[in-house]
Amino acid sequence: MNNSQDPVSCFHCGLPVPPELDISVNYHGEKKPMCCYGCQAVSQAIIDSGMDDFYRYRTSTPEKPGELVPEFLQQLKAYDSPDVQKKFVAATDSENIYEVSLILEGITCAACVWLNEKHLNALDGIIDASINYSTHRARVRWDNSKIRLSDILESVSRIGYLAHPYDPEQHQLILEKERKAQIRRIGLSGLLGMQLMIFAVAMYTGDWWGMEEGFRQAFRWISLAITIPILLFASSVFFKSAWRDISNRRVGMDVPVSLGIGIAFVASVMHTIKGSGEVYYDSVAMFTFFLLSARYFEITTRKQTSEATEALLNLTPAVATRLIDYENRRSSTVEDQENISVSELSVGDYLLVRPGEVIPADGVIVSGSSGINESLITGESLPVTRSVDDAVIGGSTNTENPLIIRVTKLGEDSVLSSIQRLIDEAQHTKPAITRLADRIAGWFVSILLSIAAVVAWYWYSPDSDLWLEITIATLVVSCPCALSLATPTAITAASGQLAKIGLLPKSPHALETLAHATDFVFDKTGTLTEGRIELQGIHLNPAVQKTLDDRQALLIAASLEASSEHPIARALLESCRQPLLKVEGLAHITGRGISGRIEGETWFIGNRAFIEENCRQPLFDARFDSSEGDDSNGKIYLASSEQCIAVFLLSDHVREEAPRLISELKHLHKTCHLMTGDREENARQISRQLGIDHTLADLHPEDKLKAVKALQNAGAIVVMTGDGVNDAPVLAGADLSIAMGKGTQLAAAAADMILISNNIEHIYHGLKIASKTLGIIRQNLSWALLYNITAIPAAAAGYVEPWMAALGMSASSLVVVINAMRLNRIRY
Amino acid sequence: MDIIYLLLPVALIIVVIIIGIFFWAVKSDQFDDLEGPAHRILMDDDDKPEAKKTGDE
Repeated sequence: MNNSQDPVSCFHCGLPVPPELDISVNYHGEKKPMCCYGCQAVSQAIIDSGMDDFYRYRTSTPEKPGELVPEFLQQLKAYDSPDVQKKFVAATDSENIYEVSLILEGITCAACVWLNEKHLNALDGIIDASINYSTHRARVRWDNSKIRLSDILESVSRIGYLAHPYDPEQHQLILEKERKAQIRRIGLSGLLGMQLMIFAVAMYTGDWWGMEEGFRQAFRWISLAITIPILLFASSVFFKSAWRDISNRRVGMDVPVSLGIGIAFVASVMHTIKGSGEVYYDSVAMFTFFLLSARYFEITTRKQTSEATEALLNLTPAVATRLIDYENRRSSTVEDQENISVSELSVGDYLLVRPGEVIPADGVIVSGSSGINESLITGESLPVTRSVDDAVIGGSTNTENPLIIRVTKLGEDSVLSSIQRLIDEAQHTKPAITRLADRIAGWFVSILLSIAAVVAWYWYSPDSDLWLEITIATLVVSCPCALSLATPTAITAASGQLAKIGLLPKSPHALETLAHATDFVFDKTGTLTEGRIELQGIHLNPAVQKTLDDRQALLIAASLEASSEHPIARALLESCRQPLLKVEGLAHITGRGISGRIEGETWFIGNRAFIEENCRQPLFDARFDSSEGDDSNGKIYLASSEQCIAVFLLSDHVREEAPRLISELKHLHKTCHLMTGDREENARQISRQLGIDHTLADLHPEDKLKAVKALQNAGAIVVMTGDGVNDAPVLAGADLSIAMGKGTQLAAAAADMILISNNIEHIYHGLKIASKTLGIIRQNLSWALLYNITAIPAAAAGYVEPWMAALGMSASSLVVVINAMRLNRIRY
Repeated sequence: MDIIYLLLPVALIIVVIIIGIFFWAVKSDQFDDLEGPAHRILMDDDDKPEAKKTGDE
């Protein structure tokens, strides 16, 4: 973990410690180095509360904790309002005792779970807190007279994690119910199947060594009695879904499965009543058990994905600050503010939006002006300036000054809803994708039925039942056991691999489509780039080099920008990493810059025009004005009233792994496209840097969708990767879509796969896994078909003994499972 | 060998009981977290009795 130049790494989070920083905590009498004050506070809190065992047990380092800024704590307070709690919190039978589900972020190993659980349970007023290790969800019951929800959330932040209440989404509750039902079905068919197996083995051995006919008949009847609950309770899922397929005039894999189970059961019942012949009850049970187990893993994968998506929920509560009676008074004091849930807003309400907050609804600014980050909608990475009478879009972020807005549109009419409609439309027109196994299932069923018809016709004679016996034997032998396991086993094995690289499939067809893809379309901001402005370089005016150095210039700049939420300010602050200076008389001029006094001297930081206005010698070295550092998204100037001091170059970094991804994809002869809502020159610049051949810029969400549709009409299979709300419609319309884990929830909801790791090179690894999986599925299907092709004629000719059929069926399934296991050995 | 006729229903009853226990386990959320208990048992805190006291403040 340590790199060679900087051997000191933080005791808490493992990141390198900046050389000039000397802070530490005392752990068992030893001074352990810390990389920042955040880590120090968290580590101290953990050690002080006697939970330092965390450092002994942990197997990976936790994430670097965020700083506890007052705004964050203020936002947590909103969770105490009963209106907001209505959505998340459940009352219990006793008074003042409430229960809430929390999503915990930052959990990296089992020790984190232990730490959080112990920490929560040690708080006064917590009745019970338990954390689910696999889902990172906590269930907390607390006594509201002793502790408040915001205190609970805050105390989790104190030890370096982030907790926020959540309201399990409807489809997630359904998935959970489905998962439990599936466990019950598997348990039932497994337990009863074992019982059936006992009788079956007795009867098979009875065939060789002889068996009293009385016992045999008793075994047949009791096996029938045991099989009926399996059929009614467990196998019924196959029948239901087969019926659904047939009534939709489709043939899915469940049709041959139901046919196999049904015929084996009916034949067995006939033989039981007749009192002679073979029974296949054990096969029915085992087949059901295997298939249900394979599908269980598919459900777990889907559930895992939906949980991961849910964790992406916007952290800010769905709360707005409404100003009561603002219209008449035209002023706002703390007393007229109320926190209300966004769903209770109405058109005409006046809202206060503080810097850093998400604008809760579409509206018009009535007071104040600020930079608004609309990257969510437009993909443009820098905030745009909006002032009185300008419209703002719900979902964008206020970055600089407090604003008062009047709500103009809600619900159906809002910009976000119109994008949602675009998504729905796109999803409807999405090309239909049939999975390989389902295509095979179709003709498997038709061939099987025709063979059965031929067999019946060939053996038919009105005098004996032999033709019926042989026809049924043919159908039983052709049980599509291996065939129906071919795909789920491979997908399950692949899902494990995908989870390792953090690429979670949401749709069942995701892997197969990824393997077939021809064109890869990428969004720019937040997908190919980090989506975050960073300081790239500092150019100091040579005239001041004697008195100032880069670090001091940066320190002055960062101190001025300290209170701003503007991405540029954040970038400067992040690179500064020194204790800031005290600034007096701070003034924000929206869209231009900031001025303030430090130790008696007035400083200006802002764009070119702002400096020219305030500075006597805004003369720059030609170097500063030249297009050097062309890949920057912006320049910002620092000046005193006398002269310009320094220029800071800023840019949205291209992700480190992006060039590798593009070259690897091109190597596989895939076509790469860039589609962005950002300006043409920014887009071109990125394309040049990465070697992307096709670039489209200045696109609205609907233009992106059109462009992808055009590709699809030309026969391409398009994989779209994006992160923003503006990408959501095209994500819904592409053949396969991948949403970035750090992206917006709407994008994740519209996508087929979620890239939780945010490492886009993993798309290439995912592609490799997908092609390998498709290969395995093909092998499995061919093997299963080969087995059936050889077994059916043998059965049709009357050569197959029942025990051979049972053995063949199990062996062929086993081959399929073992073949799928090979997927676990992929290396990159 | 007639004892088999008695053993068959006995076996059935036992299976029904086992299934009942299994369904109860599913219902009482025992299959919700299949990883946690394995880790939790290793991180028991009885070797650190003073931890709870200081943590209460």
